[in-house]
Amino acid sequence: MNMNATFIGQIIWFALFVVFCMKFVWPPIAAALDERKQKIADGLSAADRASRDLELAQEKAGEDLREAKAKAAEIIEQANRRANQVVEDAKAQARTEGERLIVQAQAEIEREVNSAREQLRREVAVLALAGAEKVLASEVNPAAHKQMLDQLAAEL
Amino acid sequence: MAADTPTGYIKHHLTNLTYGEVPAGTPVCDSHGDLTGETFQQASWILARCDAQVDAMGFWAFHVDSLAWSGIMGFLFVVVASMVARRASAGVPSGMLNFVEMVVEFVDTSVRDSFHGKSKLIAPLALTIFCWIFMMSSIKLLPVDTASAIAAALGLGYMKIVPTVDPNITLAMSFSVLGLVIAFSIMSKGVGGFFGELAFHPFEAQGITKFLLVPVNLILEVVALLAKPVSLGLRLFGNMFAGEFVFILLAAMMGYWQFVGSVPWAIFHLLVIPLQSFIFMILTIVYLSMASEHH
Repeated sequence: MNMNATFIGQIIWFALFVVFCMKFVWPPIAAALDERKQKIADGLSAADRASRDLELAQEKAGEDLREAKAKAAEIIEQANRRANQVVEDAKAQARTEGERLIVQAQAEIEREVNSAREQLRREVAVLALAGAEKVLASEVNPAAHKQMLDQLAAEL
Repeated sequence: MAADTPTGYIKHHLTNLTYGEVPAGTPVCDSHGDLTGETFQQASWILARCDAQVDAMGFWAFHVDSLAWSGIMGFLFVVVASMVARRASAGVPSGMLNFVEMVVEFVDTSVRDSFHGKSKLIAPLALTIFCWIFMMSSIKLLPVDTASAIAAALGLGYMKIVPTVDPNITLAMSFSVLGLVIAFSIMSKGVGGFFGELAFHPFEAQGITKFLLVPVNLILEVVALLAKPVSLGLRLFGNMFAGEFVFILLAAMMGYWQFVGSVPWAIFHLLVIPLQSFIFMILTIVYLSMASEHH
């Protein structure tokens, strides 16, 4: 062991390097590490928040979907009801229309029948006169026998 | 040359390049370290070239190689670390920054585990101690003859490049730690508290007996206080010296076949060097932690 003033020199080196390290090495690195730690913590909490948000959003989406389904079902049911109603209405209308047509047709028929009967009535006098002329071989005055002919026609 | 015999070779490798004042009458040596038969007519400051000159130098001599290499390693550490620190950001670290951050985090964890006070000094101190001792001790992994051969070519008589194999270096660091221990104690307990701890422990009493016990306590506590830095410095020195000694012994005995022994020994020292650096660092932290705690 050869102790000498190297001891003092080394103490000076030591103090110098420790002070330098304390001033220029440690603070920036420690600050960067702390900042990164903070950043990572922030990132993790953001990720947590995001996953919570996602969960909430999924829940909400599910609820919306259920609601939409219910609404759709309701709409379909309503539509079905409406369709049935329309069919019923159409049926009822058709029935009324049909009945009206039937009534109209019957009236028409009656009218036709009446006019035919009228025409027949008018022609029967002529035919009867023609027949009677042939039968009697004599001229019959329609004006003189009008009362009798009308009576005959009324009996038809 | 003085390094012809194995003993001379080993002694030569374990002698520092010393700069100091030789008194009048000291023998003069030539550049090979051989005595010329002349003596110095008057005291003069020289770089020692032979053992007689080294022995003649008193306390005011410097181990130029130890101081230079410890300074080079210290500068290398602070320059690289501060360059890296300037680029440090909260972004994704890469390359050297990653490595430095790893070391910093390791030191920071050790400090947090062992030191319970608050101090701006302790963490950078621990970082400097760990990295610096690691770097200083790592020089020994170079083959032992490299540096002395280069030094001899440059005309320097001696070159012991591993600073931690010099007890001046290790004890200077450990006694600096002692200074910090005393400073921390006084800062946390006051001057009275610090001296009270030395004078009234471990034997406690009341009244007048308290003061009668002071000498006994003082002797015990001062020895305990001094034992810390002495053991701290000598542990590092002893480990590094033993390692270096084996390297030199292998080189002296086996010549160019030394690598058969020195490679496994160097691999073993890849464990010893970080371990000793870590022990020095952690004990420093523990001592300072003890100093700043109240009883």
